[in-house]
Amino acid sequence: MKILVCLKQILDPEVSPRDFQVDPDRLEAVLGSASLVTNIFCENALETALQLREGSDSEITAMTFGPDDAEETLRKAFALKVDHAYRIATPEIPHCNSAGAATVLAAAIKKLGTFDLIMLGRESGDWGEGQTAGLVAEMLGLNCVSFVDQIDIVDAGVHLQRQTDVGREKLVSDTPVVVSITNTETNVPRIPKTRDIMLAHRKELTTWTLDDIGLDEEKVTRAANATQVVELYIPEETSSCEFITGDSLDDRIRELAQRIANIVQSV
Amino acid sequence: MSCLLPGMELDRATIGLVAEAERIARQLSVEHVVVASGVPAELLQHATRQADRVVVLPTKEPGDYQIEPCLAALHTVGAELKPRLVLLGQDTYSQEIAPRLAHRLQGCSIGDAQRIEIRDEKIHVTRGVYGGKAIAVVRANVEPAVVWTRSRAFAAEPERSAACQVEHHEGGTDDSSGSEIIERSREAASGVRLEDAQVIVSGGRGLGGPEPFAELGELAKSMKAEVAASRAACDAGWVSPSLQIGQTGKKVAPELYLAIAISGASQHLMGIADAKVVAAINTDADAPIFRHCQFGLVEDFRKVIGPLKEQIEESNG
Ligand SMILES: Cc1cc2nc3c(=O)[nH]c(=O)nc-3n(C[C@H](O)[C@H](O)[C@H](O)COP(=O)(O)OP(=O)(O)OC[C@H]3O[C@@H](n4cnc5c(N)ncnc54)[C@H](O)[C@@H]3O)c2cc1C
Ligand SMILES: Nc1ncnc2c1ncn2[C@@H]1O[C@H](COP(=O)(O)O)[C@@H](O)[C@H]1O
Repeated sequence: MKILVCLKQILDPEVSPRDFQVDPDRLEAVLGSASLVTNIFCENALETALQLREGSDSEITAMTFGPDDAEETLRKAFALKVDHAYRIATPEIPHCNSAGAATVLAAAIKKLGTFDLIMLGRESGDWGEGQTAGLVAEMLGLNCVSFVDQIDIVDAGVHLQRQTDVGREKLVSDTPVVVSITNTETNVPRIPKTRDIMLAHRKELTTWTLDDIGLDEEKVTRAANATQVVELYIPEETSSCEFITGDSLDDRIRELAQRIANIVQSV
Repeated sequence: MSCLLPGMELDRATIGLVAEAERIARQLSVEHVVVASGVPAELLQHATRQADRVVVLPTKEPGDYQIEPCLAALHTVGAELKPRLVLLGQDTYSQEIAPRLAHRLQGCSIGDAQRIEIRDEKIHVTRGVYGGKAIAVVRANVEPAVVWTRSRAFAAEPERSAACQVEHHEGGTDDSSGSEIIERSREAASGVRLEDAQVIVSGGRGLGGPEPFAELGELAKSMKAEVAASRAACDAGWVSPSLQIGQTGKKVAPELYLAIAISGASQHLMGIADAKVVAAINTDADAPIFRHCQFGLVEDFRKVIGPLKEQIEESNG
């Protein structure tokens, strides 16, 4: 199987709200002291790919569309032993949304030729649009299955499983197919070994410009401009907690029970 | 145009979705068409009193959904109706259809809408971003705007006195295949769906393993509550991923949400924004969850759960 995993670097989504600020002019989050990390769902996708490769004759390519810093995301992927890595360098597009990113990724995928499985995260931890997988599939004319948490290679293609609102679904799919991956207990990302992190810096990473993949910036900007962020603000916190006090733990639990019972009995 | 897909029921979320489409259609002075596929008759009935037209797509059996045929059918109808706005729900199917339908209709797609407004003739959508730490207003520069909406974000509308006809559409030319749903298992839900639960007891990583979740279940029983969890607890495999609450889990609106050993990350809070009362038990008084609580107890859950259950049972009489 030839597997492609799209990895996006984002502002650490676990940064504490106290350290989180937005730039009212650029309409983006301020990096501040936060670090840049690989989007967790991309890591879940990569983990799923690594497990697939363990049981089959597969090759994994990692790809990102991002600025120089995003190379770090590919280095980390190398440390987990992906076979190839490509970065498409971004021009200065203010807040490149999923539509813009999908345009770039699809063009790069086309240039690389066919993959059997194209894996993306279900959504990014920053803007959380959750659209790139579907859009890449449309642009490449491929089928797409979303929110997948389990992939098995079978004769006819792949078996895919996912959790829906009411239960589980199993799908059978031909390849090539685009899948978006969600988290589950079996694809918690592994931690690279220190030695592999060191070695990763020597691996050869390909950087392409938009020119290299036959796209002009105008086309990406046009796609990205389909939607436009016009306001970005931090909501005010309103509620204040009343901590339950009392002389003994017993008293406090009784008080807590009382409050809970009052609500429960009124529903 | 609003889309009702298989799995949707006549509940608060769907009623709000159709009502919102109705309100926006009035503001834009356009027709409101409900396009439905494989939904219960009572929901169709309701739609006929909320819309100008109700168009039903063919389905093999009730609730039947296949990704590519559904998309192809919605594309065909969308291309005929040329809507300015296509509203979808928050379910798996709506979310996966939205961006692809937008692409086929040469429009744009925006997800997780909490509010929809028309400003200067253009559709604007308000949504949470950065894991709920910020709010963005996004403008649709091209149309149709294909928007999937947050459950229960929208209020109901009074029904119209006259019902419109239900029209049957032949659907799309569906020669697409390649992926097919071959198995569906409904989870043996303990009773109420989390989305509809009035009381929820939720556990996090601080519980430390699957066993305390069993105790949590006992406590929940005494409170007539459903059990839920944070992503960390689900990822650890202590409970089913279907119990996950948050940005990428379920979004719930109970009268009481009791969070036990959950820190209250913004992504988790996104799932409980509509809870009436949030309460927490946590050893860390600085845990962010307390900033979103009405009341809380700073204590080790191990000392609390057992006696709390007994106290509540006592007051139940
Ligand atoms: C893109 C993205 C999407 C996400 N989506 C979701 C989502 O949908 N839902 C979700 O929940 N998370 C989500 N997360 C993860 C989220 O950021 C947090 O990592 C997660 O919610 C933490 O879970 P937790 O509170 O159980 O664990 P922790 O943050 O580890 O908190 C454990 C808490 O338990 C307390 N504790 C420990 N021991 C005890 C004890 N003995 N008694 C009482 N209290 C104790 C600790 O003080 C601590 O506050 C997402 C993250 C990303 C990046
Ligand atoms: N700039 C990017 N580079 C690589 N992959 C991306 C990029 N943007 C989005 N993706 C992929 O699309 C997924 C969903 O992102 P989104 O649709 O933006 O929420 C991510 O998890 C990535 O797999």
